[in-house]
Amino acid sequence: METLLSLTIGLLVAAAVYLMLARNVLKFLFGMILLSNAANLLIFTAGRLTFGEPPLIAAGEKLPPPGVANALPQALVLTAIVIGFGLFAFALVLVFRAYTTLGTLNTDDMRVAEPQEEADR
Amino acid sequence: MNSIILRVATRYLAAILLIFSLYMLLRGHNEPGGGFIGGLIGATGFVLHAIACGTKEARAALRLQPQTIALSGLGLALLAGMVPALMGDAFLTGQWLFLGAAEGEKGLPISTVLFFDIGVYLVVLGAILTLVFAMEEEI
Amino acid sequence: MAKSSQVRGVAIDKNYRHCGALSIDLEGDGARYLFQNPEDTKIATPDPDRPATNGPAGWLPVLLALALCGWFATFIGPVSRGEVLRVSFDWAPSLGISLSFLVDGLSLTFLLLISGIGALVLLYSDSYLRGHHQYGRFALYLTSFMLAMLGLVSADNLIALFVFWELTTITSYLLIGFDADKEKTGAKARRSALQALLVTGAGALALLAGLILMGEVAGSYEISQINAQGDVVRNSVLYLPIVVLVLAGAFTKSAQVPFHFWLPNAMAAPTPVSAFLHSATMVKAGVYLMARLHPSLSGTDFWLWTLTVAGAVTAVFASLQALRQSDLKQVLAYTTLMALGTLTLFLANTSGYAITAFVTFLVVHSLYKAALFLVVGCIDTATGTRDAALLGGLARSMPVTMLAAAVAAMSMAGFPPFLGFIGKELKYAGALAVASEPVLVAGAVLLANALMLAAAGVVSFKPFWRPAGGALPRTPKEAPWPMLAGPVILASLGALFGINPDLLQSSVVAPTVAALLGTPAEAKELALWAGVNLPLVLSLATFALGLLLYAFHTRLRALLQRVLGALPDFDARWDDVLNGLKVLAGWQTRLLQTGRLRMYMAVILFTFAAVIAATLALKGAVVIAPDFSGLAPKHLTVIGLIVIGSAIVTLTDSRMASIAALGTVGIGVAMVFILYSAPDVAITQLLVETLVVVLVAVAMLRMPHLGAPGERDIRPRDALLALFVGGGVTLTLLAVLATPMDLRLTEFFEETSGPLAHGRNIVNVILVDFRAIDTFGEIAVVVIAALSGYALLRTGKEAGR
Repeated sequence: METLLSLTIGLLVAAAVYLMLARNVLKFLFGMILLSNAANLLIFTAGRLTFGEPPLIAAGEKLPPPGVANALPQALVLTAIVIGFGLFAFALVLVFRAYTTLGTLNTDDMRVAEPQEEADR
Repeated sequence: MNSIILRVATRYLAAILLIFSLYMLLRGHNEPGGGFIGGLIGATGFVLHAIACGTKEARAALRLQPQTIALSGLGLALLAGMVPALMGDAFLTGQWLFLGAAEGEKGLPISTVLFFDIGVYLVVLGAILTLVFAMEEEI
Repeated sequence: MAKSSQVRGVAIDKNYRHCGALSIDLEGDGARYLFQNPEDTKIATPDPDRPATNGPAGWLPVLLALALCGWFATFIGPVSRGEVLRVSFDWAPSLGISLSFLVDGLSLTFLLLISGIGALVLLYSDSYLRGHHQYGRFALYLTSFMLAMLGLVSADNLIALFVFWELTTITSYLLIGFDADKEKTGAKARRSALQALLVTGAGALALLAGLILMGEVAGSYEISQINAQGDVVRNSVLYLPIVVLVLAGAFTKSAQVPFHFWLPNAMAAPTPVSAFLHSATMVKAGVYLMARLHPSLSGTDFWLWTLTVAGAVTAVFASLQALRQSDLKQVLAYTTLMALGTLTLFLANTSGYAITAFVTFLVVHSLYKAALFLVVGCIDTATGTRDAALLGGLARSMPVTMLAAAVAAMSMAGFPPFLGFIGKELKYAGALAVASEPVLVAGAVLLANALMLAAAGVVSFKPFWRPAGGALPRTPKEAPWPMLAGPVILASLGALFGINPDLLQSSVVAPTVAALLGTPAEAKELALWAGVNLPLVLSLATFALGLLLYAFHTRLRALLQRVLGALPDFDARWDDVLNGLKVLAGWQTRLLQTGRLRMYMAVILFTFAAVIAATLALKGAVVIAPDFSGLAPKHLTVIGLIVIGSAIVTLTDSRMASIAALGTVGIGVAMVFILYSAPDVAITQLLVETLVVVLVAVAMLRMPHLGAPGERDIRPRDALLALFVGGGVTLTLLAVLATPMDLRLTEFFEETSGPLAHGRNIVNVILVDFRAIDTFGEIAVVVIAALSGYALLRTGKEAGR
């Protein structure tokens, strides 16, 4: 499963990159969602996969059962998901505002900070 | 989205989600759950409410501004970290108090960690609602 | 006024021609500045509108410097008895960095010179810049520089030394550029300051690298410890890189050829600054460094020959250049270069004669050079010009200045009974004792000394005794006493030590030689009369040659201008380098900063993938061991959801399909978490996925379709890059999975979660207890994101209205 998951993550990254290189900034956003999913899966997989043993301690016990899943990457991924959501929400608002102000979703046309003539000189 | 059935049903659903979110928050230290999950569930409840009944009603149901909730959550988490610092431990070291603890009886645990988790809950709830409400109102 | 400026104009044109090859200016402004020093820099006559004194900013720094000098003088006793004073404070102990200071003979010599000359220069400045509206700033810079310099020469930790080194660079930058806002001379001052900063700063970066290598090799950053086991550094394989890097710093700071060009330009600074920084102290920092690390680095052929060649070339080249100049300050600037070259030359060696010559000449030079710079400042203030061709006949109107100049110049020229004579004798003795090529070295020293004698005549004989070359811009009158104190005291010290060299022998020379060579016994005796020997013969030859050179110096100057004019012009090359950098910057900016987001993304992603690929290739970490065992239908279903979902998002132009497909991917990922024992993560993922869909759906209401209808968005090049990045990530993950897992941290959490943190959900305990400070940072980010988004939306509403 690890091999398959590694390939899947690579595919997710490739799809994300392809979308992030698009002209339409909404596609860029979709790419970002895929990328954060890929990153979360990457961290999770790198921490090794354990089937059916969540890192919980039974009531009355001092230690979890042996062979329990790695808790650390889970904690990291959990916060990463929430942060990723915050990033995505902010980016979405930014795109929305850019659209209402500039009237376009094409990133090639968004050149207020670096106008065309400046760049070509 | 002007269906009476949806609006009425949503109100109950939102209330259930809110209670469930508190349950998830409080059990989080021992079972799956916690501040992040609780906050997300609570936010989902209010988002549902806002979709069905409009943000105005959802804001009224929330009573407080979502930004205020998010910031007070952050303040609560900070406070929970400061208490151990004032007691001579490192910032954010957990401090535990077992109410009614006796021989063989663990008692009711109250800890700065719990308050920290409640802070996380409030931040997630408030932050998501801040954005969602504002988005809904702008569009 | 009209007349004088006309005269000045003539002088400019004449000298501008003379200036020829070593053209210091770009637009003519610079050269003009060199020969006329108008009222810009200072006020010659009291101005009723300005304060007559500089207040506390004038005298306070003088007192500070005097107090320091007095304090350092109390060390003379212990140090001459062979003691080494050391004090140390922890700074960054984990990195081996401490703020430690050490006073031995070498440090003490420098400490006394810096604080003593510093006090005199500060006293001089108070008059020189009397009533200057920014004197406070000037005094602050100069005092800061002095303190940094004192720290530099007493630091016993490589890193502390480097910090002080950079502090002197920065303060000298501020001092050279002090007149940056002057209308006429500002551009020149700014350019010179920047040049000095960049040249010495670049050298300092190399130096830092060298010092770190040295500290790592020696296992300690304490200089005293490194020097105590010098063989460790010398025998290390890194010896060569260390020496090259350290010398890069020392040579740039001490202006050795080919890094010399910034020093004459730095004369754009007010004259007291030149006297202090560019003769007595800062430029000697490089020399100090070579001396300080001498016990660890010297004694190899590489050290010997590098320093010998650099020093000899600098000394001869600079002496010739000095004679070519007609601006008094430039003459002195080049003779300083010559002195630095000579000092470097002697540091190449490890013989007692060479090192004794080094110490003596160091003291001699600091005394007479500072005195002469201050004299030139007096002449400049009194007459309004520094042009040697113009000046003359000042002996009557400025008798004290004349006397000080004469005594200092005699020392410079090496006449008995001044200290300079002893210095010169020792130089010959040292040159004859060198390990490289005694004849060549002695020849170089002889030529340099003779040229120096001629230069001394140009600076201190001609302006006072020869007839003036034209009408002076101002009627000369004697300088006030604070400006005379410096030259007089410094020149007298040269005479005092010359007549009574024992004063120096035990207090300065022997301890310094001990600091470099390990024992004071290596120090040779300083004496006016050492008997008839080869050095004496060479001295006499020097006098003859030097007087001859002086007699014909006007003709010689014309000749030198033709000859040296053919040499490459370092200063102009400097401009070429800077312009080249600008062109390069422009080119790469146009290439990379196109203003198109896709371009930026492509560059970043490509770099990322290339770095990953290179690392994998170099480390040989590519692991191809496909293992598809144990796959059940549920696994394939989950993977299928993710793959199909991401394929749809990539290929479709429909917004609804995209949103649905994104949801599919998210749920697929959540199911992976469920399958592999991460209930908390799975719940979070599902909830977030829901909210993402809600937010996107809301936003879509107001935004257009993804692509224009009928236009397919297919980009083969982007697809290639995408596969490159994706492939890199897959290979990296496979490589990670092939390495053993370090579970120590996880085990700690598992063991302590219940007993110490009273929690049975380990993930949540990590989040809110073990790693709570991370979580706190994360929720702060969430709040910031929410508030920023909120602000963006609200301002948009107001703008829309």
